Amino acid sequence: MKIQVSETDFDSGAEIASLHAGQPKVGAVASFVGLVRDINEGDDVSTLTLEHYPAMTEKSLRDIVDEAMGRWSLLDVTVIHRVGKLQPLDRIVFVGVASGHRGDAFAACEFIMDYLKTRAPFWKKEGTPQGERWVEARATDDEAAERWQQSSKKDPA
Amino acid sequence: MKVKVLYFARLREKFGVESEVIDLPGDLAQAAAIIDLLRKRGEPWARELALDAGYRMAVNQTLAGLVTPVKDGDEVAIFPPVTGG
Repeated sequence: MKIQVSETDFDSGAEIASLHAGQPKVGAVASFVGLVRDINEGDDVSTLTLEHYPAMTEKSLRDIVDEAMGRWSLLDVTVIHRVGKLQPLDRIVFVGVASGHRGDAFAACEFIMDYLKTRAPFWKKEGTPQGERWVEARATDDEAAERWQQSSKKDPA
Repeated sequence: MKVKVLYFARLREKFGVESEVIDLPGDLAQAAAIIDLLRKRGEPWARELALDAGYRMAVNQTLAGLVTPVKDGDEVAIFPPVTGG
């Protein structure tokens, strides 16, 4: 398992490769990359600043990955989240999941992102022509996370 | 007992404080006791920490609720709903 929270960028391809390098039991790697968009709520976005709660951030990500490992048969997981000042086109977050088969990899990757969105202590502030503003949490993110609680462990849909 | 209270993001800016030490009577309380005490400061505390204001809490770096126990030396964080990812 690799959990990383830092200001520095990451190489998605290298992260994916390291999830299966020398691991012949890995039959599937699913990954997600989150990026900074140049528009939100109809306004141009020029900067995105990510604040976090350093003492809690890595622990909360580790807890989310532990829960995913309890639900699915996973061989390795990498979660990278950037903090600090970013701009459109920048990478924000990487989640990579290695498993024997694609079903577990796909499901766990989506689960980790849904829980990260609603449980990991990060906050986004975006710069727009009207000034800076805090990004509001979305109800759709809560709904996405909740469906994992309603469903059986192996069948989230 | 003394509890360290941290504020993040929009709430840190609204309150104009990053962290403080709060003194509570006794040696065990629920997190709600801290919220009650902060609300009594008036605005913007009362409005931002109202029942329907949607703030979140963590006790010792774990997501918590109003009935979560708090003891001397604990770290309590108060923040808006998270928006990472």
